[in-house]
Formats: sequence, structure tokens, C-alpha cells
Amino acid sequence: MSAGLGDWSFFMEHRAEILGATLDHVELVLISMLMALFIAVPLGMLIVQRPAFRAVSIGIANVFQTIPSLALFGFLIPIPFIGGIGKRAAIVALVLYALLPILRNTYVGLSGVDPAVLEAAEAMGMTPWQIMLRVRFPLALSIILAGIRTATVLTIGIATIGAAIGAGGLGTFIFRGVALVSDSLILAGAIPAALLALIADFFLGLLERRLRVA
Amino acid sequence: MSSRTENYSGNLIEFHDVSYHINDIPGREVISGASLSVPVGETVILLGRSGSGKTTLLRLINAMLLPSRGQVLVQGRATMEWDPIRLRRGIGYVIQEAGLFPHFTVAENVALVPSLENWERGRTEARVGELLRLVGLDPGEFAGRKPRELSGGQRQRVGVARALAADPPILLMDEPFGALDPVTRAELQREFCTLARRLGKTIVFVTHDLREALMLASRIVLLEAGRIVAIAPPHEFLQLEHVEVRAFAASLETGPGAAA
Repeated sequence: MSAGLGDWSFFMEHRAEILGATLDHVELVLISMLMALFIAVPLGMLIVQRPAFRAVSIGIANVFQTIPSLALFGFLIPIPFIGGIGKRAAIVALVLYALLPILRNTYVGLSGVDPAVLEAAEAMGMTPWQIMLRVRFPLALSIILAGIRTATVLTIGIATIGAAIGAGGLGTFIFRGVALVSDSLILAGAIPAALLALIADFFLGLLERRLRVA
Repeated sequence: MSSRTENYSGNLIEFHDVSYHINDIPGREVISGASLSVPVGETVILLGRSGSGKTTLLRLINAMLLPSRGQVLVQGRATMEWDPIRLRRGIGYVIQEAGLFPHFTVAENVALVPSLENWERGRTEARVGELLRLVGLDPGEFAGRKPRELSGGQRQRVGVARALAADPPILLMDEPFGALDPVTRAELQREFCTLARRLGKTIVFVTHDLREALMLASRIVLLEAGRIVAIAPPHEFLQLEHVEVRAFAASLETGPGAAA
């Protein structure tokens, strides 16, 4: 399976279509990541304050992660409101996958803050909420971001499977390519997806290093 | 809080037969039947071996811990009845390794309590400059630095400045000079001694170093296995016959810095 001249001309001919699918793909990933962030980061904060919820939350997130992705998309099809065919069901599945890396890193980052710093914060009369937002969170930010980075790369890959339930995106080419036994078609989906993952990984890595304290 | 205490004449801190055990398991007492009064302006040193309960006793004062039995009174009021946040904002706290916020500059660290208390900016800035000079750091040079850009001694100075920021009447110090090299430690002890007298703060200071205790204390409180076994001013302390006092006295003879 070599990317020869034929593949290149295929790319050029279909560039508008590929670009459109790439943008669809990015949209799918962005929406899913934002939703996962809004769930996982506050949940991480909560389980640091209330250890009773910790095992349950991380356990549930773990379970989602162990379900094979194609199966998860499949499971969602018959479920009303959140499931079905199309973008919405795909987003739900992607959010479920992205939860664990973000939640785990949020928890690890927030709970890994130097105990002496936390003791000082408490003794200075900071409220638990102030300690969370002004001490724990900024000190955990680079670790949380590492989780976001993992989740983003993961989501970009898994989002290709969303095409199986009609969510669009770069997976459309891959599934079509598999069906038609066309390397060119498969690569038209796989290469942009790989590039997206590399680009996201690079820039989030940059941001992560900039936010690292001490 | 500080305005109220300027006229406060009684004991700033009182322990009334205080016991503390973890998770309310009696029999495993960390502190047993401690009674102690700390009048305004005194520097009380809590002396004891590791695990003798001195840090626990300290943390009972600012309601980081609450007594299982008995009462701890701060300014005449039980710590159980205080709003812990209000209580702590009126009590300076310095710990080993300073516990400075690594993501804050020196100035932001010192300004912590004023910022929590919503002081206006000009007042806070003036106070930060004043405090840094007080602990021997040039504000122009140090205000903008991060804690990681400071030496251990400098960090500890910032820790003291931060504890003094809102001018609390009480200062709690938990082995503040414990992690420093002997030379820097002696320097800071000397300076701290002068500073404490000048500011007239009521200080409770935890250490396992008898030398430090003798140098800084107006009274030494010796703890052994969660009990207060001796209370005496430094010049009388070494004359006491108690076994644990003798054990500590013997540590003096093993040479300088041996207790570190």
C-alpha cells in the first residue's frame, strides 16, 4: 500500500471534499472535547474535595474506556435523545472516551500539590474553594493539560469511527475506501486525521510546557 | 480582629485540659490533658521529640484541629465557636520550608491575606514593601521573584513576612528554621529574636532543638508522649529534675547543631 503518484492526484482532485471532511472532523472533536472538559474538570475538583466519589467516578470513566469504540457507537444507536444516527450520538461517544484521561489527570494534578503549600493556604484562612481555584488549580494546570492533550489525540482518532453511524468527518473516506478496496480513499481520510493529531499534540504540548510551574 | 486585641489584656491563648485523639479513638491520644496559658507578648516554645504532639498542640490553636475533650480559647473564645476562616486570618503561621505558593511572586505571597481581606491596592503594596524591608529583603530586588529563585533562608524570610502581613496579634511557627543550614539558621534566629521583641507579638513556636528554645523562649513547654511534662522560663529550665528535661540537656553536650 504505497502512496504513489496516483494518490497525490487523487488528493488534488478531491481537495475541496477532503477539506470539508477535515473541518467536519475538527468540529466533531472540538465540540466533544469542550463538553468533556466541562464535565471532567469540575468532576475532578469535586472528587478531590469529596474522596467518597472518587472510586465511583474514575471507575465509571474507566468502564467507558474499555468498551471497544465501534461497539460503543453501535450501542448508542437505539438510545433515544442522546443516541441514534449522526453527529449527536458520535459526540456522546467521543465525550465518554475523552472523560477518563482528563478526569484522571485533573485528579492527579489537583491532589499532587505540595502538602506544605496546602497547609499554609489553609492556615492563612483561605476557604476550601479559594484553595481549589487559587492554589490547586493553577499548580495542577500543566498536568490537566497533559490529560487534555491525550484525550484530544485519542478523540481525533476515534472520531473517524463516527462515520460508521453517519457522523461525517474523515472516517467517511476510510469506510468508503475499505468498502471499495481503494488505498487512495483510505489515505484521503487517514493522512489528514494523522496530521490533525500531530498538530494538536504539538501545540498542546507547547502550551503544557509553558504552564508548568517550578 | 487586631483592633480588638490591642486592648486585650488577658491570656491570648488558653488550653483547658485539652485532649486530642484521631478519629475519636480514645486510648490513642495524641494530646492528653494539656493546660496552658499564653499571655500577650509572650514567646512560648513547645519543645519535644518527634511525635511528642507539639505540632498537634499548635494546630489546635488555629482550629486546623479541634479538641476531642476540653477547650482551646483564643482571645477568650473557644476555637469551636470561632469561624475558622476569621480565626486563621488573625493568626500568622510559618512552617518549615515556608510553604510559599510556587506560582506566586514574593510580593503576591506576602500580600496573600491582605488580598483575601480585599485591602485596596495602594495599602497592600505599601505593606508588602514595609514587610520585606522588615525581614531584611530589598523589595526592589525581591518583590517580583518567584520562590524557586530564592535561597532557603530567603524563602523563610518571605514566609515570616507573609505571616505578619495583616498584623495578626498571634504568630504560630512550626520549626520554621528546621530545614536551614546552621549558619543561616543562627542568623535568622538572632534576627527573629529582635523582631519578635520589637513587634510585641504573642508567639507559639515549635522546635525539637533545645538550643533554639533557650535562645528564643520567654517560657519553654516540654512535651512528652502527648503530655506537658514541664513548663519553665529558659534560665530555670535546665535546673529541672524531670527525666525528659535531663535527656534534652544531655543533647546540648553532644555538640553544636546536634539536635538538627
